Amino acid sequence: MALEPILHVRGRGVVVPGDDIDTDRIIPARYLRAITFDGLGEFLFQDVRFTEDGRPLGHPLDRPERQGATVLLSGRNFGCGSSREHAPQSIVRAGFRAVIAGSFAEIFFQNATTLGMTCLALGDDDLAAVAALVEADPAAELTIDVAAATVTVGGRSYAGSLPATARDALIRGRYDPLVELLEHDAAIAATAERLPYVSGERG
Amino acid sequence: MNEPRHLFDKVWDAHAVGTLANGQTQLLIGTHLIHEVTSPQAFGMLDDLGLSVRMPHRTFATVDHIVPTDQRHEPFDDPLADAMIKALRANCLLHGITYFDLGSGRQGIVHMVGPEQGITQPGTTIACGDSHTSTHGAFGAVAFGIGTSQVRDVLASQTIAMTKPKVRRIEVNGELGPGVYAKDVILHIIRTLGVNGGIGYAYEYAGDVFDRMTMEERMTVCNMSIEGGARCGYVNPDDTTFAYLEGRPYAPKGPAWDEAVARWRATASDPGCAYDDVVVIDAADIAPTVTWGINPGQAVFIDERVPHPDEVPAGERASVAEALAHMQLQGGQAIAGTPVNVAFLGSCTNARLSDFREVAAVLRGRKVASGVRAIAVPGSTLVKEACEREGIDRVLIDAGFEWRAAGCSMCLAMNPDKLRGDELCASSSNRNFKGRQGSATGRTVLMSPVMVAAAAVTGAVADARAVFGAREA
Repeated sequence: MALEPILHVRGRGVVVPGDDIDTDRIIPARYLRAITFDGLGEFLFQDVRFTEDGRPLGHPLDRPERQGATVLLSGRNFGCGSSREHAPQSIVRAGFRAVIAGSFAEIFFQNATTLGMTCLALGDDDLAAVAALVEADPAAELTIDVAAATVTVGGRSYAGSLPATARDALIRGRYDPLVELLEHDAAIAATAERLPYVSGERG
Repeated sequence: MNEPRHLFDKVWDAHAVGTLANGQTQLLIGTHLIHEVTSPQAFGMLDDLGLSVRMPHRTFATVDHIVPTDQRHEPFDDPLADAMIKALRANCLLHGITYFDLGSGRQGIVHMVGPEQGITQPGTTIACGDSHTSTHGAFGAVAFGIGTSQVRDVLASQTIAMTKPKVRRIEVNGELGPGVYAKDVILHIIRTLGVNGGIGYAYEYAGDVFDRMTMEERMTVCNMSIEGGARCGYVNPDDTTFAYLEGRPYAPKGPAWDEAVARWRATASDPGCAYDDVVVIDAADIAPTVTWGINPGQAVFIDERVPHPDEVPAGERASVAEALAHMQLQGGQAIAGTPVNVAFLGSCTNARLSDFREVAAVLRGRKVASGVRAIAVPGSTLVKEACEREGIDRVLIDAGFEWRAAGCSMCLAMNPDKLRGDELCASSSNRNFKGRQGSATGRTVLMSPVMVAAAAVTGAVADARAVFGAREA
């Protein structure tokens, strides 16, 4: 499972405004009724994009000038709520490679990083400035430098935050940890052996 | 003499397999709980990679999210639900995983089944592809929700890559007033610290209010840790914990029991240990609490008014306005008196025997208001049977509630139990997100089970203390 290192994410943006955008909003629970993640991209933000009978509500994702955007911008505590990986899966499968937000809920952040989607947090003022630039110019190209944890747009660079562990995982192409976890089988066995409830004590 | 340590560090250190190249810890997950919704993709990935389950004897499954609560014979009317349940059953059989199936008598919401079976134990690590795994922290376990790729990691390696959080001790001291429940305590904590206040933290709940709480009350609080942004929340294990566990099917027996209790006792936080943060709350400041908005931090006491966008800090104005618009509320109006269409008693937060006992005590001889659809969904088959032995089901049915079989039901509306249109639901569950209960325009007001009962009989959000008279909490 050699993965492509992710050093930069370049692309156009789309702003989905609001704080505390939860994973139920990102992907409503009824779309979890499946045994694969296939096709989830189509239902990203479904209930705020379309009425029950399928009429579009004019959501930013559906504006013609935002088609092909690969960087999603939002507010604080993005991805809060459920642990459903369906949420970042639907974002990735809708074509996004990065999310820039005020902050991220922890489980969402971990799920997204494992999929190789970069989650960069910006301070309030910088986030507002970057969002304004993206809103003003649909063609504006954003460049996220993963190692530096910065985003450059409109000729200016903004310093964000990306935990060192996630940064390292992305730039070295080891954001999916399974192979490394499996390499330590002897240490796993030794740790398990020291724990009576794992190694077996049921009397 | 070693430095005093808190429970979190002790459990973390005992389960740390090593440090990964990116600096994260490889953490052993001693107990892995799985259900039908977030596991099939993980089993699929396992198959694609030609891997097997590392510790099937430490993996436990049940079916809860999608299972209908009114139809228990297969095939289910919903072919997708049918396929998911069959997939889980087949995966468990193939990999030798213990599965508490529908007919087992032990099926229920996964966060109820673990404690009921004595699988949930102090000093352990517990992961599950569900954010309410924090519930198990009530036993002094380090328990947290994971995504499906991490479910795959646990299945394959019994470990995950994780960054160690900081630990915040939240002390609630003093006496809770009559009619103030564990649900009010956690809603108040979330309101006070914010829905993102716990990001990067594990919460240690402490103080004499928690010392006096039953295990079921502790579970209600720990359950909603994630609603405050904390992936994990726990209470130190004590005699209340051990008394709950003794004799349960998976609890140690005989000499192993005594050894386990000694070990568990030593797992509790040492006096004088250091925390990254400490928050102290006076129990007397907490009143029955209900949400008015679209996240669990948007809450007020039952006798308060909902905020007006003009009164809140500029940064919150848009969120408050959005929430008020969705909820069809006016800024500054009283929350009490808001008409209710649906009353839902259920979920891993509040669908335990003690919840139904409290509700039955106030509902006896009363009727659900006309026009209110009222549903009671026990969290587990064992709770359902216990309620039926005590006649609680009769009290609820006589009052006008539907009495269902165990599952997650209208907490997240993956099964047929859903809000219709913009119905407003008085709900004992944990999330009031837009669309959470199955209708994009549906509205949820979170509250304790007894407050749901008060809303059901009056047809409006109401102060249970006034409706039923002051009772001892």
